[in-house]
Amino acid sequence: MADLRKDNNVKEVHYKLTLCDGPTCIHNQSKQLHQVLDAEIKNRGVQNVSIHLSGCLGMCKKGPILIVNPGYTMYGNVKAADIPEIVQSHLVEGKPVARLTIIEDHLYNRFFRIFGDVDFFGKQMRITLRNCGIIDPENIDDYLSVRGYEALAKVLTNMKPQDVIAEVKKSGLRGRGGAGFPTGLKWEFTAKAVNGDKYVICNADEGDPGAFMDRGTIEGDPHTVLEGMIIGGYAIGAKKGIVYIRAEYPLAIKRLEKAMDAARQCGFLGKNILGTDFSFDIEIRLGAGAFVCGEETALIHSIEGSRGMPRPRPPFPAVSGLFGKPTLINNVETWANIPVVILDGGDWFSSIGTETSKGTKVFALAGKVRNTGMVEVPMGTTLREIVYDIGGGIPNGKKLKAIQTGGPSGGCLPEQYLDTQIDYESLAKAGSIMGSGGMIVIDEDSCMVGLAKFFIEFTQDESCGKCTPCREGTKRMLEILTRITRGEGRPGDIEKLERLGGMIKKSSLCGLGQSAPNPVLSTIKNFRAEYEEHIHQKKCRAGQCAAMLSYTIGERCVGCGACKRVCPAGAIEGARKEKHVIDAAKCIRCGQCFDVCKFNAVSKA
Amino acid sequence: MTQVETDKLNELNAFMEQAVQNEHSDSYLIAVLHKVQQLYGYLPREVMDTVADKMQIPTAHIWGVATFYHYFNLSPIGKHTVSVCLGTACYVKGAEKVLDTVKKELKITVGQTTEDRLFTLQEARCLGACGIAPVMMIDDKIYGELDAKKTVDIINQYRKAEKQNAEKQS
Amino acid sequence: MAEQITIYINNKEYKVDPGQTIMQAADKLGFHIPRLCYHPKLSIEGACRVCIVEVEGARNYVASCAYPVANGMKIHTNSQELRQARRDIIELILDNHPLDCHVCERDGNCELQRLASSMGIRARHFQGERKVYDKDLSSEAVIRDPEKCILCGRCVRMCSEIQQVHNLTQAHRGFDTVVMPAYDMPMGESVCTACGQCINVCPTAAFLEKNYTQDLFQKLNDPNLIKVVQFAPSVRAAIGEAFGIEPGRNMEGELIAALRKLGFNYVFDTQFSADLTIMEEGSEFLERVQNNGKLPMITSCSSAWMKCLEQFYPDLIENVSTCKSPMSMQGALTKSYFAQKIGVDPKKILSVAAMCCTAKKYEAAREELLVDGMRGVDIVVTTREISWMIKSAGIDLLHIQPEEPDHPLGESSGAGAIFGVTGGVMEAAIRTAYELYTGQTLIDIELESIRGLKGIKEGKIDLDGKEIRVAVAHGLGNACKLLDTVRKDPERYHFIEIMGCPGGCIGGGGQPYAQANSIPLDEGALMKRAQALYDLDRGKTIRRSHDNPDVQKLYKEFLHSPLSKVSHKYLHTHYKAKLPKGIIPKNG
Repeated sequence: MADLRKDNNVKEVHYKLTLCDGPTCIHNQSKQLHQVLDAEIKNRGVQNVSIHLSGCLGMCKKGPILIVNPGYTMYGNVKAADIPEIVQSHLVEGKPVARLTIIEDHLYNRFFRIFGDVDFFGKQMRITLRNCGIIDPENIDDYLSVRGYEALAKVLTNMKPQDVIAEVKKSGLRGRGGAGFPTGLKWEFTAKAVNGDKYVICNADEGDPGAFMDRGTIEGDPHTVLEGMIIGGYAIGAKKGIVYIRAEYPLAIKRLEKAMDAARQCGFLGKNILGTDFSFDIEIRLGAGAFVCGEETALIHSIEGSRGMPRPRPPFPAVSGLFGKPTLINNVETWANIPVVILDGGDWFSSIGTETSKGTKVFALAGKVRNTGMVEVPMGTTLREIVYDIGGGIPNGKKLKAIQTGGPSGGCLPEQYLDTQIDYESLAKAGSIMGSGGMIVIDEDSCMVGLAKFFIEFTQDESCGKCTPCREGTKRMLEILTRITRGEGRPGDIEKLERLGGMIKKSSLCGLGQSAPNPVLSTIKNFRAEYEEHIHQKKCRAGQCAAMLSYTIGERCVGCGACKRVCPAGAIEGARKEKHVIDAAKCIRCGQCFDVCKFNAVSKA
Repeated sequence: MTQVETDKLNELNAFMEQAVQNEHSDSYLIAVLHKVQQLYGYLPREVMDTVADKMQIPTAHIWGVATFYHYFNLSPIGKHTVSVCLGTACYVKGAEKVLDTVKKELKITVGQTTEDRLFTLQEARCLGACGIAPVMMIDDKIYGELDAKKTVDIINQYRKAEKQNAEKQS
Repeated sequence: MAEQITIYINNKEYKVDPGQTIMQAADKLGFHIPRLCYHPKLSIEGACRVCIVEVEGARNYVASCAYPVANGMKIHTNSQELRQARRDIIELILDNHPLDCHVCERDGNCELQRLASSMGIRARHFQGERKVYDKDLSSEAVIRDPEKCILCGRCVRMCSEIQQVHNLTQAHRGFDTVVMPAYDMPMGESVCTACGQCINVCPTAAFLEKNYTQDLFQKLNDPNLIKVVQFAPSVRAAIGEAFGIEPGRNMEGELIAALRKLGFNYVFDTQFSADLTIMEEGSEFLERVQNNGKLPMITSCSSAWMKCLEQFYPDLIENVSTCKSPMSMQGALTKSYFAQKIGVDPKKILSVAAMCCTAKKYEAAREELLVDGMRGVDIVVTTREISWMIKSAGIDLLHIQPEEPDHPLGESSGAGAIFGVTGGVMEAAIRTAYELYTGQTLIDIELESIRGLKGIKEGKIDLDGKEIRVAVAHGLGNACKLLDTVRKDPERYHFIEIMGCPGGCIGGGGQPYAQANSIPLDEGALMKRAQALYDLDRGKTIRRSHDNPDVQKLYKEFLHSPLSKVSHKYLHTHYKAKLPKGIIPKNG
């Protein structure tokens, strides 16, 4: 590789420190840690040390995270006060500080091996995220040291475009944006289309609430995405690529820009890439806060400078896309897989996963689970493995109620589906979808009607308003769900939801509308009893629907008056040092008395 | 026009001059609107007229785009933007309560600005800090593991800082 | 031609041409799939989802307006589940629509109402929040009522694609989407040219003309007023449709009789002042040609076009003829020449115009057009309004005895009649200009090259060895295209006719709504209206404006000669650049 690059002065590095710069770690004072670390190293005059900031390492619960290489020593929950010891003991004396290292289990420390010898590590397998956390995303040398741009070199020197497409087809890679369309086929369609210019687009308009895989990937390893796109451009005959990314991701944007500059300087991007006659450049376009722009035709309209509204397909973007030209759109995770497919081969890639779904999938694991963050697992891993082995199970002794995948387009799977394997077809069969990778664990404290309402509220708010079923239908579904959660549900409401939901699914213009009813329909299917309780008995078993709650003050009350003071409705009466009473007629069920009571005297039912 | 205003307009014009030279220059409308918002904090009507003129894009089209994307503000915003995350993880962990608290404390609803122009309240879809849910972001700073009291405390910090600032200046 | 393919509709096999949509194929086979946002002249929106059909193998229903046929495709247009879905969609639209059909202007003429009725919707299922907006009454001509809007987007597409005015946009999104001008500006302050094509294509009553019928009824009952009415050429060619007859029947005589029955004292014909326009405009053109005046000269009859000019092409104002429109000439003469002739105070004259146009309401209110401080035309009503008045007054238009117009402003030539069709003004002008210039009579007076519905038409005339190149555009979008050419190549044409509406005045924004079995601005219907006017021309013995005896008399008694001082006072005006400035996007 070194001889292919224009600029090659690799610095000699002794100790390389990687500090996680994800939002959670920032929240936990990683910035301050950075300063202290810097100062400490200077103070002690330690030589040959460099500090890098990485994207989110996905271990938010243990943040801030500090990794020392070589040796892959990982420190967690690092405090400023620990820094002198780490510097002195590890960097000066060469002895890692054992009490601060994280050695919990397979999840957290095994994937930090440079990828050449990547293999299965516990339940996780990092392909997309192979470099996230082990390289400095702002330093192209780091990317090169993990065989970065080698796939591009291989493609440009040894492969014809059709060979590249054949390799991608062989890999069995499918679109990671949600729908799971075979990537190689998409490439082939676009390659075959003839109509002047062609475009390659990276869809980084990650909008699912609770999903941040794309951001993590770009922040942690921007070059991988760029390399994938350049290879895609070569394969289909495009000269121009566009990354469409949310404006809400400033760090990811900055890293991408930096990576593009570096790649241009090194001759990986721009005119005559690596001295060949293939030229390709990439431009960044920002979204502006519209979930529907994740839909490819809406995304195209947005790049064109219009309202991000979808249009009927066909024609598909592969035939007529951006500016009416053939356009290849893949999402961040799909692009990040491409260099691996090229270097390790389609055969190897297709050996991972299940019959229909190959490779790995990144999930943003969140909700009522001990370990939250980004996890990458081979297709075929079960939900149980993710929730219990990787996620560490449900905290606070609570019971698992459901797992929600696919965000607002997906469904809720109850406990009996825990052994469902992660792949496109199995999840669909179980009544959910793969989606872009949101995975929310739900325990018994969450009301399923409320959750369905939350999602439909989201899609209703994000509906572009173009087609009738989505614009009007989701509004009516939301209204019905709202009245159910307020204890005003009527007999027949469930059937109305099913009728509307079925119609919206089959009649809407784009994927957003077609999948909007999923959270409602799947919760009705799996938790119908909860809906019925809400409607007929005016009861919310999770105790979440405020209108159905009643608050009472029990014998533990010492008459401190805290609840009385905080009650916004003046519903609490009681003399000092005597037991207080809530007037149910005045109570607005805000729950503030419950929260404020130090004696657990307020109970809700 | 003050010097500051002139500088803003010059910067915007320079940005647009660059944009119109590109192929498919219309497609840079959203980028231009981002620039306007960066300079002015929102999209003032007369600036949108300037954009229409310079970019040769009908004002109706610009208005359609400006109102479609929630990122764009159509009226001036407060000094600080409070974004309460309503992503799924935050929702499951009580984001609604945080939002209600902020609303009550600031006496505004989502999308509005307080009378003193100190805060604008917004909803965020996911701030990517699910590990410390529920969270809110004030300007670029994330606050996590919130409850009602903590939320109010944080808002009060900003108020206090503002007050001190004002006192210092006077 | 490509080989035919086989498709199956509702289990029956058919051979159809490839390269068309399911809807197009089905239409030809006699399956009228219900539809709402679709319009053949506009881009495909695929938004309303009313035209969904089931295609075997497809996961979801597809919009037949957008989905192409393929060999072996099995389509179902009427399965039980599909019917239910389609019905639910209409119900959802109705649930967000004011349920005030019986007091709505479109009652009986509403596409949504027709659809609901054909779906057999008899109950409500999903009622909830309804959108609430105020009506925008700011414009002289066009009312916007967002509560009636079902967001089919036809008006937006009409305004931007066909007319290229780009006044309307969909703003906000989702349930809050509203069609409005930029910045939610009042229509009266916006770049709206008042052409009224949004009204024509609206399936409901989200756009309407400002209605003056009650005002007019009241004034018709005022014994102190002399009630004078004029009516445009195209009104007679279309008004029959409002009474349920096929397009293409000339109702001139019946209309005159009906107007008298409504209470008008004098019924004049705008075709008279069309002839007069030719005298003035033709002379102006010749003067420009002979004295190196500004060329190309562009016609000024169409009021929507005049507003378009002032907003979008202020640099071409000098190219435009200073002639008022025929309506305004007629109005000016009514309040001057005619008032003198019958010896009454012009203030006592109520001057009314029945027009195929909504923009004429705007034009009549223009300050530049005041005559001795008075409006030349006091009230403008559209073909729709006048037909409603005729019905309301219980007049049987279809079986009434035809009558003749009054003098001195009623006689017209065939040239005046064809003013209503695109190319007609040019054709009429050439008939007269040729004779004025060469002193010879033009034999072949029917100019086929500038007839028909092609967007931009060109022609050449030989004026005694001098080649005159002319062009004709109808619909503001075509006009813009033509004017962009003029900006680039000012020498290319000498004389240009522009009409703001598709087809010219026959396709005006005030014409009767499409009949139940038709679509707005259907080309076939437009051609039939055009034919009615061409037949009217051909049936007249006087076919050249300068041969009109009433016109000759007018010059003798009042105006003296074309372009005289008196002419300038009453028949000419001026135009100036207007704000808000509009923008014609460079990509068209």
